[in-house]
Amino acid sequence: MAFESLSNKFENIFKKLRGNATLSEKNMDDMLKEIRVALLEADVNFKIVKSFTNDVKEKAMGQDVYHKVNPSQMIVKIVHDEIQELLGEDQCEVNYNKGGLTSILLLGLQGTGKTTTAGKLSYLLADKNKKKVLVAALDVYRPGAIEQLEAVIGKTSADFFSLGNKENPMVIARKAKEKALAEHYDVLILDTAGRLQIDEGLMEELRNINHEIHPEEALLLVDAAAGQDAVNVANAFNRDLHLTGVIMSRLDGDARGGAALSIKYLTGLPIKFSGVGEKVSDLEPFYPDRMADRILGMGDVVTLVEKAKETIDEKQAEKDARKLLDGDFTLEDMLRQMKQVQKMGPMRSLLKMIPGMPKITDEQQEKAEQEMKTFEAVIQSMTPYERKHPEILRFSHKNRIAKGSGKTNADVNRVIRKYEQSKEMMKQMKNYQKTGRMPGGMKGPWGN
Amino acid sequence: MGLVSFLKSKFKKSDEAKVDAKEEASRDTYSKGMEKSRKNFASRLDELSKRYAKVNAEYFEELEEILIESDVGVDLSLRLSERLLNIAKEEKLSEPKDLNERLIDEMFVGYVTKGEAIQNEIAFQESGPTVLLVCGVNGVGKTTSIAKLAYRYMKKGKKVMLVAGDTFRAGAVEQLRVWADRLGCPIIAGKPDSDPASVAYDGAKYAKENNIDLLIVDTAGRLQTKANLMQELAKIRRVLSREIEGAPHESFLIIDATTGQNGVLQAKAFKEVTDLTGIVITKMDGTSKGGIILSIRDELGIPVRFLGLGEGMEDLQEFDLDKYLYGLLLGEKENA
Repeated sequence: MAFESLSNKFENIFKKLRGNATLSEKNMDDMLKEIRVALLEADVNFKIVKSFTNDVKEKAMGQDVYHKVNPSQMIVKIVHDEIQELLGEDQCEVNYNKGGLTSILLLGLQGTGKTTTAGKLSYLLADKNKKKVLVAALDVYRPGAIEQLEAVIGKTSADFFSLGNKENPMVIARKAKEKALAEHYDVLILDTAGRLQIDEGLMEELRNINHEIHPEEALLLVDAAAGQDAVNVANAFNRDLHLTGVIMSRLDGDARGGAALSIKYLTGLPIKFSGVGEKVSDLEPFYPDRMADRILGMGDVVTLVEKAKETIDEKQAEKDARKLLDGDFTLEDMLRQMKQVQKMGPMRSLLKMIPGMPKITDEQQEKAEQEMKTFEAVIQSMTPYERKHPEILRFSHKNRIAKGSGKTNADVNRVIRKYEQSKEMMKQMKNYQKTGRMPGGMKGPWGN
Repeated sequence: MGLVSFLKSKFKKSDEAKVDAKEEASRDTYSKGMEKSRKNFASRLDELSKRYAKVNAEYFEELEEILIESDVGVDLSLRLSERLLNIAKEEKLSEPKDLNERLIDEMFVGYVTKGEAIQNEIAFQESGPTVLLVCGVNGVGKTTSIAKLAYRYMKKGKKVMLVAGDTFRAGAVEQLRVWADRLGCPIIAGKPDSDPASVAYDGAKYAKENNIDLLIVDTAGRLQTKANLMQELAKIRRVLSREIEGAPHESFLIIDATTGQNGVLQAKAFKEVTDLTGIVITKMDGTSKGGIILSIRDELGIPVRFLGLGEGMEDLQEFDLDKYLYGLLLGEKENA
């Protein structure tokens, strides 16, 4: 099915793998194929996808993923890191002309959101960063464009500059700059008309404006839904105008925005901002890691893998796993496991990172955390012997434990029941998977 | 006779027969506007068939690449190339040129059989106003397309009226008003931030009372993921249908030709809110190949009705599958 998330596709591959915990080269090829489709469906340029999947394969071989605890997640992580690396660091700073006027030219195809973004940038620079900002309307072609810009700028503290639609845009740009210099503005934003990169006349006009103004920033607007052609557009604008960066618009939709990766890969231009809504405040810095998740169409599964790696002591986890499989699983082990998971962060943010996991409400979240506390209190109120041999617990023991932990007898019974269930589950798993290891110590005994 | 030879002969014949100047001119704009998209796809196909004396696995891989790079979509591209591979095997075809022709055949048949028969022109009601609802995501060219459509039907002697239903975006009403003035057609507009459904109501009422033939309702651009905005669109549709029986009779989705695979999701989401009867692809004069035309039809069965090929109000063309595919395959070489 088209547009299925990558994680779902991987899950399906792994379903076929049951009982065959390690990854073979054949499985790896299946996975790379899915990665390729996911990237193409995200509108990453074809050529880039090709070299990209090759890179990933090499990296995966180099890291010997076949013997890792969870190879599919490792591969996702490699893909994710690779995309993130390609997208580069956060570079959301405007290049200011220190001590002088900073000019910002906004460019792009028609309908990519230049005027809206002019408003958002003005809000960011004038209202938030307290700069003195002048915004000039250079779109003399599209009916209503000047009125639109004026209305948008009216919502910010920036000033608006227009000479109507009868004047040549280059002349408007020059006069705007004269005014900005004379009146000591910090920033001049120039909102140009949308144009096709193959429209020679209009591109010539842009070159002239560029020559006249020498802007510190020439930013290209790219729609998050842009297709395979986005790289040609970016290349053409970059060749003619020496762009300094890109702004992705409409990242609040469900487009995966693969164009960001393509453009960055081919032009090296930093992606500085992302538009995430229709209000003037809806401009965010560009986050390469979020973009990587988005392109792959998945929850933040990588962060989960990383967190799990950081917090779970691998040796201990292995020991636990072996113990579990031997049926030698005590309440202490259960508690340790729970704590390990707790270290990874609040339940809700953990669940959020698992793709396909239903969103849990505040209420459920609180309940889950409360439950964890109850377990801890109850188990810690037992004697070490009781923790190892909960089967000896009689009513009087339970009474004492309940009192000691400030919980009820029912709570104590619930803990023990949960423990029995976990133990039973472990036994079943042992039968199911006689060889191989447990998938880390990640599965808590309260099950999921 | 294969489909392609049929198309060729059709075009050759019409050349010889010296079609009237008007149709000639129309094809000129079409050719010029589509030049970029076709040049690329066609020259690459052509180049591909020159490089391979016989088709092999790499040939099909490259074919797939050309399709995907035209925004045809992964799924459909893979299916097309697989289909061709089977054809090559079954019919023992090995000449790239033959297979390229079969590719166009497959695209043609696939498009035609995916939905109802296609009629590009708006289907007018026998009596009372015909209502056309125009929707789409932000910045695709809804307002400009409306102006072009209005111009087209005014020229055909219809009484056209516009409803400026985009009360949200600053400057949107002004933009449509400028067009209405240029065209000399009536327009109903609401105040900024007023309920677009009430503007639609006013428009429908006026249209009924003034014997308007075609009422075109502009709407604000909305991302298909914004539930409340999609609700608003549903409300506009409901109000229209309450005022005029069967309205909106046509619902067009406007899509930018440079849109990638998200175009399919856009069409799917809008289709859920209002029964889309057609798609207008705008900005076809860029370098993108508009492969989304094929994937939307393939996935949802919605036909493309018109193409926007420039900024003037006459720059709107009926979508012609023959021409589109013919152009894709043969490029300008044989057209010159």
